[in-house]
Amino acid sequence: MEKFLAQFMPVDASEHGPALDRLSANVHWLMLVLFVAWGLYFLFVLWRFNAKRNAKASYHGVQSHFSSYAEAGVAVVEVILLVGFSIPMWSAWTHPPSAASNPLEIRVVAEQFAWNVQYPGPDGIFGKRDVKLVTSSNPLGIDLNDPHAKDDIVTLNDLHLEVNRPVIIHVTSKDVIHSFKLPVMRVETDAIPGMEIAIHFTPKMTNESGTENDKWEIACAQLCGLGHYRMRGQMFVHSKDSFRKWLAAAPPAQTSIGS
Amino acid sequence: MGLRRQIRVGSQWMYADEAHRALREALRVMDDEHGEHGGHHQSWIRRYVFSTDHKWIGIQYGFTALCFLLLGFCLMILMRLQLGWPGQPFGVMKLLGATRAPGGILLPEAYNQLGAMHGTIMIFLGIVPLAVGAFGNYLVPLQIGAPDMAFPKLNMASYWCYLPGGLIMLASFLAPGGTAQSGWTSYPPLSVIASQGQTWWLIGMVFLITSSLLGSVNFIVTIVQLRAKGLSYMRFPFFVHAQFVTSFLLLLAFPPLEAAAVLQLMDRVAGTSFFLPSGLVVSGQVLTNAGGGNPLLWQHLFWFLAHPEVYVLILPAMGIVAEIIANGTRKPLWGYKSMVFATVFLGFMSFVVWAHHMFLTGMGTTISAFFQTTTMIISIPSVIILSSLFISLWGGSIRFTTPMLFALAFLPMFGIGGLTGLPLGLAAADIHLHDTYYVIGHFHYVVAPGTIFAMFAGIYYWFPKATGRKLNEFWGRVHFWISFVCINGIFFPMFAQGLAGVSRRLYDGGMQYQHAKQIAAQTNPFMSICAIGLLAAQVPFIFNFFYNAIAAAFGHRDEGLGSNPWGATTMEWAATTSPPLAHGNFEVLPVVYRGPYEYSVPGSEVDFIPQHQPTAIEPAPRGGLLPEKAVAMREN
Repeated sequence: MEKFLAQFMPVDASEHGPALDRLSANVHWLMLVLFVAWGLYFLFVLWRFNAKRNAKASYHGVQSHFSSYAEAGVAVVEVILLVGFSIPMWSAWTHPPSAASNPLEIRVVAEQFAWNVQYPGPDGIFGKRDVKLVTSSNPLGIDLNDPHAKDDIVTLNDLHLEVNRPVIIHVTSKDVIHSFKLPVMRVETDAIPGMEIAIHFTPKMTNESGTENDKWEIACAQLCGLGHYRMRGQMFVHSKDSFRKWLAAAPPAQTSIGS
Repeated sequence: MGLRRQIRVGSQWMYADEAHRALREALRVMDDEHGEHGGHHQSWIRRYVFSTDHKWIGIQYGFTALCFLLLGFCLMILMRLQLGWPGQPFGVMKLLGATRAPGGILLPEAYNQLGAMHGTIMIFLGIVPLAVGAFGNYLVPLQIGAPDMAFPKLNMASYWCYLPGGLIMLASFLAPGGTAQSGWTSYPPLSVIASQGQTWWLIGMVFLITSSLLGSVNFIVTIVQLRAKGLSYMRFPFFVHAQFVTSFLLLLAFPPLEAAAVLQLMDRVAGTSFFLPSGLVVSGQVLTNAGGGNPLLWQHLFWFLAHPEVYVLILPAMGIVAEIIANGTRKPLWGYKSMVFATVFLGFMSFVVWAHHMFLTGMGTTISAFFQTTTMIISIPSVIILSSLFISLWGGSIRFTTPMLFALAFLPMFGIGGLTGLPLGLAAADIHLHDTYYVIGHFHYVVAPGTIFAMFAGIYYWFPKATGRKLNEFWGRVHFWISFVCINGIFFPMFAQGLAGVSRRLYDGGMQYQHAKQIAAQTNPFMSICAIGLLAAQVPFIFNFFYNAIAAAFGHRDEGLGSNPWGATTMEWAATTSPPLAHGNFEVLPVVYRGPYEYSVPGSEVDFIPQHQPTAIEPAPRGGLLPEKAVAMREN
């Protein structure tokens, strides 16, 4: 089942992704078994109890309690899927990695219809933002008077990650609700103005081979206006070295935004 | 019923409830006599426009709702044309006007308008009014042996809030900037900053919600107070139980949305900020009135309505299917009691699952565990109801009439809809599928080949009740089979698209995205062709329906059809004529002696025993037994 579903699904490039796909496959197994069992029963009954074959109906019908057992069985499987898999996985999903694992922290600010990406730069601290400073060249309203802001790196629709290094992304929005979705990472969270939601994951594959399959994306999954369908960003997962090179070459806010 | 009070009528002591019935009966007889002598004349307007007769109101609701269903469906056809062949010009698009589709090419903002209005029209103007306003209104009083609804004028007011609500929604297409375009969910801040059409949408919603509230109190009082003598709760036809629970859902779930709609209206027109947080920058401009609000508040209020709403859409459908299956298999429903309790339990649970629509709004483990658990729990009563309907078929003598075909198809189709809810209800599995076409496929299987098929089943089944004519069987089958094939062709590929991660509400179906464009290109044209096929399949239905409805309006009845063409046990068929008396429904109010589905009773020579028939052997007099007191009063 996992393989069957995988032929429709995008590459699974994150650490937690395979477990999600496996849970999904298990649920689909449950669905398939129930559907096929009921479907075969249904077809048989329609044939066997057609009025032509069965002129007189039985007042009492089925006497056994089989269906109660089947319903109890469904309930038990659901409990297992819920308690055994979904709740623990959600708990892991909402607990960020420890500082010891040296996570890469990024802030993503959505707007109609683009993804602003902010890296904290060498000092590891995000610079202050102020809505009053927002201009077309400074879409995040970064306050360059803040010393932490000067070294920040700001990109548009361009997310760069390092393979095997946990990443924490703080997702928010400037205007309306968007949804930040990385299909290949099995990651999605709403980008809600006034709230910052932190999600985390660890990329396990790079997309540096240069082939068509390597075009990984940020998708918007929540209707955000007329440009929703083209609100698309690119995502690059680098090896350790090439990520360092990219970071070194990226212009800091001080030069990219100017004064 | 508690203690029965006695009152004195003339020289005689009577039970108050019996006296009440007798009085109504006497009034009706007097009305009829006046009518004959021309003393009591109902004007045309009172009879056909501002009618207080539940049957006519039901027909008004049904006709209006079917028109809206067709309109909502046509909007979807336009969307599917764009999805199947993005950016291509279509002559039919020009109907939308040059501001929406210049040269026949649909614009993205117009696509969003179609999407928002497709959802709104289908749910609030199509299915709910059809399921509750039409079927509920027409059938519940007849099935419980009542002369009308408890509050006929409220009933009239309910329709006359619904129609203006619908017309306001339609008129919003003419608003500057077009109609609402923020989805049927209208999430702020997008909806608050949207063009004027959204204001009209909110005003329209206030009317529609008011209409549902007026209807729901009426149903509750009618079912509790006007039941025929002997009709205990466990003798209700299942459809009445479904409507009863549905009415409570409408009564309790809609007010939060009405409040929320008014708050959003204030955010739009009065400069308040209930749903807008501080620091909003829209298109480079700081939104000055924004501050202190929370966009998630709207989502909670909205889904607190909209999840019970799902059961408002599905419970009446289950009720219709249950009635038709019992009749079409000629046997009682299997597990009737467990179905009733499952329905009540479903009603309660539907109020505590709403936030499973919001798993990806930054939810912590505890709250997500709660909503996942309630979501898994609510699947159990649905499984019980569906299993009971499946098992009811065993041992039946199944007649494959058109209503039965639609009712039978409901079972596996609703099954697919229900099962595909499982991966969405488990938050971890939901991460990848949230907001994708998987969700669209899931709820359309519940509502389209699920609920709408049940509605068709109901129309074919009860059409003779309302008109005295049967719809054509051959064209009914044509309608069914083409619809069945096409509707699956539209919705099944959506699961594959959803697994691929294709987001919903994309103007071009995902052609911009690397992960989506391949599967979108492979499946969307096929799905759109199926949608056109589905439209074509409705043509025989529309002709069949109008041909027979118009013929009936001119007084042409099917000779030899009789009042009870399906051989049904429930009182709407067995205890009155088809169509029933315009005023008061029953010649004599029936008394109930048995359960709702006494088909193929062992030892009985007849195939079915109506609910109001006192003995199992003799056939009942038409119109039921006369309560002695009413006879006495009539003779005096």
